[in-house]
Amino acid sequence: MKKLVLLGALALSVLSLPTFADEKPLKIGIEAAYPPFASKAPDGSIVGFDYDIGNALCAEMKVKCVWVEQEFDGLIPALKVRKIDAILSSMSITDDRKKSVDFTNKYYNTPARLVMKEGTVVSDNLSELKGKKIGVQRGSIHNRFAEEVLKPLGAEIKPYGSQNEIYLDVAAGRLDGTVADATLLQDGFLKTDSGKGFAFVGPQFTDEKYFGDGIGIAVRKGDKAELDKINAAIVAIRANGTYKQIEDKYFDFDIYGK
Amino acid sequence: MIFDYNVIWEALPLYLGGLLTTLKLLALSLLFGLLAALPLGLMRVSKQPAVNMAAWLYTYVIRGTPMLVQLFLIYYGLAQFEAVRESFLWPWLSSATFCACLAFAINTSAYTAEIIAGSLKATPNGEIEAAKAMGMSRYKMYRRILLPSALRRALPQYSNEVIMMLQTTSLASIVTLIDITGAARTVNAQYYLPFEAYITAGVFYLCLTFILVRLFKQAEGRWLSYLAPRKH
Repeated sequence: MKKLVLLGALALSVLSLPTFADEKPLKIGIEAAYPPFASKAPDGSIVGFDYDIGNALCAEMKVKCVWVEQEFDGLIPALKVRKIDAILSSMSITDDRKKSVDFTNKYYNTPARLVMKEGTVVSDNLSELKGKKIGVQRGSIHNRFAEEVLKPLGAEIKPYGSQNEIYLDVAAGRLDGTVADATLLQDGFLKTDSGKGFAFVGPQFTDEKYFGDGIGIAVRKGDKAELDKINAAIVAIRANGTYKQIEDKYFDFDIYGK
Repeated sequence: MIFDYNVIWEALPLYLGGLLTTLKLLALSLLFGLLAALPLGLMRVSKQPAVNMAAWLYTYVIRGTPMLVQLFLIYYGLAQFEAVRESFLWPWLSSATFCACLAFAINTSAYTAEIIAGSLKATPNGEIEAAKAMGMSRYKMYRRILLPSALRRALPQYSNEVIMMLQTTSLASIVTLIDITGAARTVNAQYYLPFEAYITAGVFYLCLTFILVRLFKQAEGRWLSYLAPRKH
């Protein structure tokens, strides 16, 4: 009997939700296993750049947001069956995904960067890279970028199986530097002990031809109203400094890109 | 799914460069491996326990660990130590080619030493008795009788070792060298055509193996014909 009452109450509460259209919360799907963008704090709460950006956007849109945790590969299916209304989980905007969902404009686009010995001067035309040995992860977008942009400048491109092997050889002095995703380099190398004495040098690389359109928020296909609302909110938090505040909390470089 | 020849055709210079790297690695490691294997093989047949044990331990350790582990130890492992990075050896050890050659030479020297030792032990007793009857010293006996005879008889086994080494050089692509396998991996990473990329590498290795087999057959015909069954 108790159970039945509980079930009834639950059904009522669920059914009653749509009646308060204005207070319908926006359910945002996130995978909390991708630090520093989203991860679980020891007390079980979600922390990270994605989480903070999402909350800022909701505050801007004046809607109540509910975070729904989900495995990354389950996010798009959940969106399609309306278990969630948006995906804010460092999802790259790709043509394949565009077939299933609509993307807002990017809310960040981590640049690729060059890491070399601290104090190395590399100007925007990269002429200093002539004769330098640069390690890249074989098959990555950075591999292609290095082969097509850095190699013609006279840099020697060395392919590796993983970024970790590159860090070993950069630290050992076999390589003069490496090109990879800036967030990855910062957390995986520069902030570690072996990364001491090394730093980001030269410009940020954001060429769309190599590095894509960035990271966006996905909404259901054809959900134009939601899309426009979120896009406007992204512009707003970019303009009023909220974005910068959150960015500074996690990164010491411009994560939005051009 | 159609075989994409065009990609391979375009990447042919990459493969040819890889072929040169493979040949260079093979030649250098075989040369130094053989130079080291000769004394090691002699030590392995020594009757002095200390000498014999030292060589036994060496071949046991090297043959008892995977080539890949040895390569990683030399390439990544040694670089871990500040002392190594600041020593006079570092200009050598920082080179991927040197590290690969060193690892390959050490590896093949252990296997070749066992081949030579085995061949020495299998020397027909009559040859040794004849040499002793002639009043040869130990040194002269080794130089004139034992070594020439043992090295000849080791040829068929050694040809196996050389072919195994050829295949083993493909590990060089792991330490950033662009050998034949390295070229294939590059092509695969660029065009996502694993079948075309690796089958081409396979054909290169197959041709090289064929040439090596022919060369050894000729060498055996030249130096081992006295062991062939008598023809009437």
